[in-house]
This record gives sequence, C-alpha cells and structure tokens, in this order.
Amino acid sequence: MNIFFAIAFYFAAAVMTLGLGHKVFQYWSTPAPFRIPITPAPSTLPGVVLRMMAEVFLFKSLFKANKWIWILGWVFHASLVLVLLQHIVYFQKQPAIWIYQLQPYSQLAAYPLIICLSGLLLRRFLVDRIRYISSPSDFIMLFFLIAIALSGLLMMLFWQPNVFAVQQYFTGLLRLTLNPLPNHLLLYLHLLLVVFLLLIFPFSKLLHAPGIFFSPTLNQADNARQKPHRPSKTRFDNNG
Amino acid sequence: MANREYTVPQLFKHIETPKIEPNSMQLPGPFKAKSNHQQTLGFPSELIDNWQQNAIDAMGQAVNQSRGLRVFLDSCVKCGACTDKCHYYLGSADPKNMPVARQDLFRNVYRKYHTPAGRFLSKLGLDWLIGGQEMNRSVLDDWYNYYHQCSECRRCTVYCPYGIDTSEITMAARNIMSQIGVGQKYSTEVISKVYQVGNNLGLPEAALQNTLEGLEEDIEEETGIFVKLPLDQVGADILLVAPSADFFAEPHVDGLIGYAKVLHESGISWTFSSKASEAANFGLFIGNEDSMRKIALRIREAAIDLGVKRIIFGECGHAWRVAYNYLETLAGPFDFLDKNHPMPQHICEFTHDLIQRNQLTLDPSRNNDKTVTFHDSCNVARASNMGGISGGQFSIPRDIIKAVCNRYVDMAKDTIHGATFCCGGGGGLLTDDLMEVRVKGALPRMTALNNVVEEQGVTHMAAICAICKSQFSKILPVYGMDMDMIVSLHQLVGTAIILTGQKKTIHQKIENQHRLL
Repeated sequence: MNIFFAIAFYFAAAVMTLGLGHKVFQYWSTPAPFRIPITPAPSTLPGVVLRMMAEVFLFKSLFKANKWIWILGWVFHASLVLVLLQHIVYFQKQPAIWIYQLQPYSQLAAYPLIICLSGLLLRRFLVDRIRYISSPSDFIMLFFLIAIALSGLLMMLFWQPNVFAVQQYFTGLLRLTLNPLPNHLLLYLHLLLVVFLLLIFPFSKLLHAPGIFFSPTLNQADNARQKPHRPSKTRFDNNG
Repeated sequence: MANREYTVPQLFKHIETPKIEPNSMQLPGPFKAKSNHQQTLGFPSELIDNWQQNAIDAMGQAVNQSRGLRVFLDSCVKCGACTDKCHYYLGSADPKNMPVARQDLFRNVYRKYHTPAGRFLSKLGLDWLIGGQEMNRSVLDDWYNYYHQCSECRRCTVYCPYGIDTSEITMAARNIMSQIGVGQKYSTEVISKVYQVGNNLGLPEAALQNTLEGLEEDIEEETGIFVKLPLDQVGADILLVAPSADFFAEPHVDGLIGYAKVLHESGISWTFSSKASEAANFGLFIGNEDSMRKIALRIREAAIDLGVKRIIFGECGHAWRVAYNYLETLAGPFDFLDKNHPMPQHICEFTHDLIQRNQLTLDPSRNNDKTVTFHDSCNVARASNMGGISGGQFSIPRDIIKAVCNRYVDMAKDTIHGATFCCGGGGGLLTDDLMEVRVKGALPRMTALNNVVEEQGVTHMAAICAICKSQFSKILPVYGMDMDMIVSLHQLVGTAIILTGQKKTIHQKIENQHRLL
C-alpha cells in the first residue's frame, strides 16, 4: 500500500497540476472577441476586483438568486476551506501555530460540511427542476464528497490512525522518500477517494474554480466608450 | 407549421414558479430561412450533407474563438440558481426553457466531442454518465426550437454564480445552425434587407424622404413650428441612427417626433442617413460576427460620408448594446469624430443633458392624463450603460420621465433594473410564427404591469426599445390590456416640450376647441 499510494498520489498530483495548468492556459489564451460584462458593472479594474471577490468569497449572485442554494453552497465551501487548512499538518514537519489554533473550528466544520453536502444532494432528488438538470455525474460528485468527508469524520471520532505516521508518510513523499503508511482501511478509502477527486478535477465541473476568474461577464469592466475593446490588432482593419 | 392552439397564461398576483411540464413547448420552431436569404448572408441554402460532422467542427471552432463560451460550457455545476429566472420557463413550464437546460442542449454535445472526459467515456460507452449527447436529428430539432425560445436577455446571467451567459450559447448555436444551412426566416430576411436596402423594414430612400416630410407637416400642424427632419444632410453635426420602426410604426413614430423636437430645440444641426437608416443589428441575434460587422460598418461609412462630428442612437435596446459595447470593436476606430462627446451617445443621454442644463421648456402637466411606469429593456439594462455613472441606464430614463410627467410609478423591485424581465419578443423572436412563445414569455412582465395598473392606477408603460414597443402593442390586448398603453419615452418628452416660439399650450388648444363648441 505504501508504494501504491505513493504512485497514485504522484500521478494524481501530476494530472491535477498539468491538467489545471493546461485549462488555465487555455482560458487565458482563448480570445474574448467582445465586451460583454453584465451591467451594472464596475468601470475600473479595482471595481472589477471587488466584484470578483464578492462573487468568490460571498457568492453574491447566488445570494440574489436563491437563499437555500446559497446557504448550503456557501457553508459547504467555507467548511471545506477550514477542513482543508487543517490538512496542512500532514504536509509540514513543523506546522505553523495558527493551524493548531484553528483546529477546534476545523474539526467542528466537518459537521456543516456533511450536512450541507447532504442538503445539496437532497435538493437534487426533491426539487423537480434540479432533478431534471442533474446528470449521473452530478449525483456521483456529491456522493464522492460526502464519502470523503464522512470517512474523515469517522477517523477523527472513532478510529484514528496514527496521525504522526500519516504526517511522516506525506512529508516523506514531498521529499521523495517512502515512509510506512499505517495499515488502516478507512484511511485507505479516504485517500483513494481523494486521489480520484484530484484525477477528475481538470476534466469535470470542478473547473468552476478556475473558470469563474475568466468569466467575461464578471471580469470585464464596463468602460467600452473610454477604452474601446480591440481584442487583436490585425483582426479588423477598417482603415486599410 | 401553423400556430397550434394554446391557452394564454392567467395573470396572478405573483410570478409563480411552475412545476416542470416536459416537452410542453416542443414545437417545430420558427419558419426556416429562404435559400436566397441564406445565400445573401453567405450561408448554405439548405441543410448540407454531413451536417452532423460540420456542426461538431463548427462547435469546436466557436469554442476556440470565445473565452466566454469555453468558460461557460466548462463551469456550470448545475446548482439550479437559474432554473426559475427565465421568462420563457415561467410562462411555459417547459424544463428545456430553464437556462441551464437550454445550455445543456449545447453543452452535452460539447462534452461528448470536445472534452477529454467525454471522448474517453464515449469509447467506453459511458458518456451518459456526464450527460454526453450525440449530434443527431432530434438534437438539431431541439436546438432549432429551443434556441428560438431564448431572447438573449441575460436575466439568468445576473443570478448565475459564475456569470454564465446563456445568450452567448444561444448565439453560438444559432450561428452553427446557419452554417449548416438551417437559418431562421425572420432574422435572415431582416439582415438581407439591411444589406440590400439599408434597413430592417426595406424602406427605400424615397419612401423615407416622404415619411419625414409627412412628419414635418404633422409637427407643424400640432405646434405651428416648422421642425426639419433632415435626411443625408452633409456637414450636420449629429448623425441620428434610429431603428427603422421609428419611421412609421406605432407608438415608435411618436418617439421619433420627440427626438426631432429635442434636437430642434438643442440648436445643433443633425441628420438621418439613408445608408444607415437602421440602428438595429440582427447580426447579434444570429450570433454571426461577419453580419454584425457588415451592418455596423454602414454606420461608420454614413458618418464619414456625411462628415458628422457625433453619432446618437435612438430608442432601440440591442442596437444600443451593439453601439455601446461592440461598435468600436466591429467598425472602429471612430477617431474622425469629435472627441468631446461620448461615442456613441444615446438619445436619452442627450435629452437628459439638455434637461439638466435647462435648455428645454417642458410642461409636464401636458402628460397629466397619464400615470406612467417604465419597462427596462433587457439589452439596455444588462448589457450597457448611460451617462457613465453606475446604473445610469436605469436612472437617466426615469429622470427624463419624471421631468416630463407628474405621475410616475415603478413596477415591483424584482422585475425592474438589472432584474428586469424581457418583453418576450427580443433576440430575433419578434415574428408571428413564434406568437405562442412571445405570449407565454411576456407573462412575468404582464403580471408586474397588471399589478401597478390595479394598485396604483398606471395607465401607460414607457419603453426605449423598438422591439419592446412592437411586442407590447401586440401582446397587451392578449392579456386584456389596451395596446395604446405602451408609449415611447420620447413620445412623453415630445408631448411635454414647448418649442421655442410655440404659442399655444395644449390647454389653450383645448379651451379654443371648447369655445368653438
């Protein structure tokens, strides 16, 4: 299992990094032929940054759209961030003090994480409009996330693996050395699901994470009259 | 392909979100384009052989050329926030009119052929897991039908956490369909007329001249003042580009009289152009950049030919969007114009500025027979701006109305400004063969209007879009309201304005009539 997970994580990390890098490059290099901000929109760059931050951190548009989806979605993402921050301890030999200070909150965050994911799953089953637009992959994605969170929570509460050994294992992987991984079924399951999630990240709807920053309706300024939009110099030549 | 029987939706107090009724709007779609119009636009005259592969290839190209399209197709997480935001869904309950489902008609094909996951899973026969869809006849039929039940109004975009713009996908799909030989009759015919005659309605120069002279007489009869409506006047300062419906359709033409009075009072010389006798740009509706550019270039040529210093656009929603956000990109640079004025300018900005500087004599009591509300046209509200101030596209038209009318009322908050509902006829749907779609799509706006009529005594709704005005004159009676309720914003201005030298106010006119009786 030591070697299996080492290979799996190296491979998944490579796929995730290269895949995501490729996607970001693709978004970056694809031309935006016209100015299409959704108005009213800010007319300056700082304004656009503020608008984007309100979307990324507060899900502002979603708040306007639907309070249920907003609360479930926002609390899920916020909990996920707290839980992920806690996982830094597995990648640093001497984790920073703030990670330990955060620990009680991060541990509590597991509950809203699972509750909100279940809520989102329930909506997919119960609301006719959302059931209609859901593909099998939309359900599978939620099952995956719930399974990852649940296996993590169960380890934390009832069946803790040797956390120090896990830390040794991953800090070792970062230094290209192989340390023993505790023999622990739930841990194996947890890690396997995470590997899979990393693998599908650049090929699935998880691309919404980099995608939002490239969304022209949100990231363009409303200043076409001051700064005419000319995507490429050679494309239109009306003076020639 | 005659219109089938359908029931007009009932108006309730609130805009209800219906339970889904799959396939309730499964129709043949609008009339297909005639082969000569297709050819005029440079498209194949009928469905080509091997259209499936061509459509798939065209889709790949479209995605490679538009960052927006690529991001929108990749990013949707199917959260459902948009599902109750589209007026066509609210009015028809067909789930394929939910913005995300409309996008998925395109996205599922994209996923199968143009994403690594789709190609991989297709080999295993598992592409259904991610909703992968083969490009086939029934998909094409759905595309043709449901991409002509979208007015490209972008209300869904406002509520999408990633700003996914369904209109971009609708435009891409329509453009692909045109390229494989399945164009829509209405839009291609209109564009052909612009190419051949110069405007959407096919009004030739002589007819235009005639109409303008008739209007000059009307104004003189009403006010006693001769107001010139110049055509092709070389050396004028301002080129006014209005939608061609303004030249004769009701209530559009009363708006045109309003522009003429305002421009006359400004003392600045101005002119219409017979070459650019159309503000609209239907190239946007069919998502075709070449058509869009060709139509936009007429305005540039007219401005150069006439040697004008400024360009002002009349009341037309998508025309203002194209002018404001696309014109420089398509037909710029406009560096031969006077840089002291915004390029382009909206007639409302121009009128508003004159009002602010007290250059117009206004008597709002002349509109005392009206209690007015304002319909924010989708393309103005969500795809442009006025006055260079945030939300100017909402405040400037309202400020004008309040300056020329004593009684103004807003409709419900979630139906105005950025949340405004489309009239139901935008985006190339303003054609009789789509009447059922137009009637059902108008439901949310009609609900909001009916509420202010019943509760606040609203008698008129002003708009600044030729399509909105035509749509409402047709739809209002269907919902039991008077077709004359819809007015041009500049009609209200035209009524309130007292021209320099004009002696009689309307009151005096009425008094005179009474004396005669």
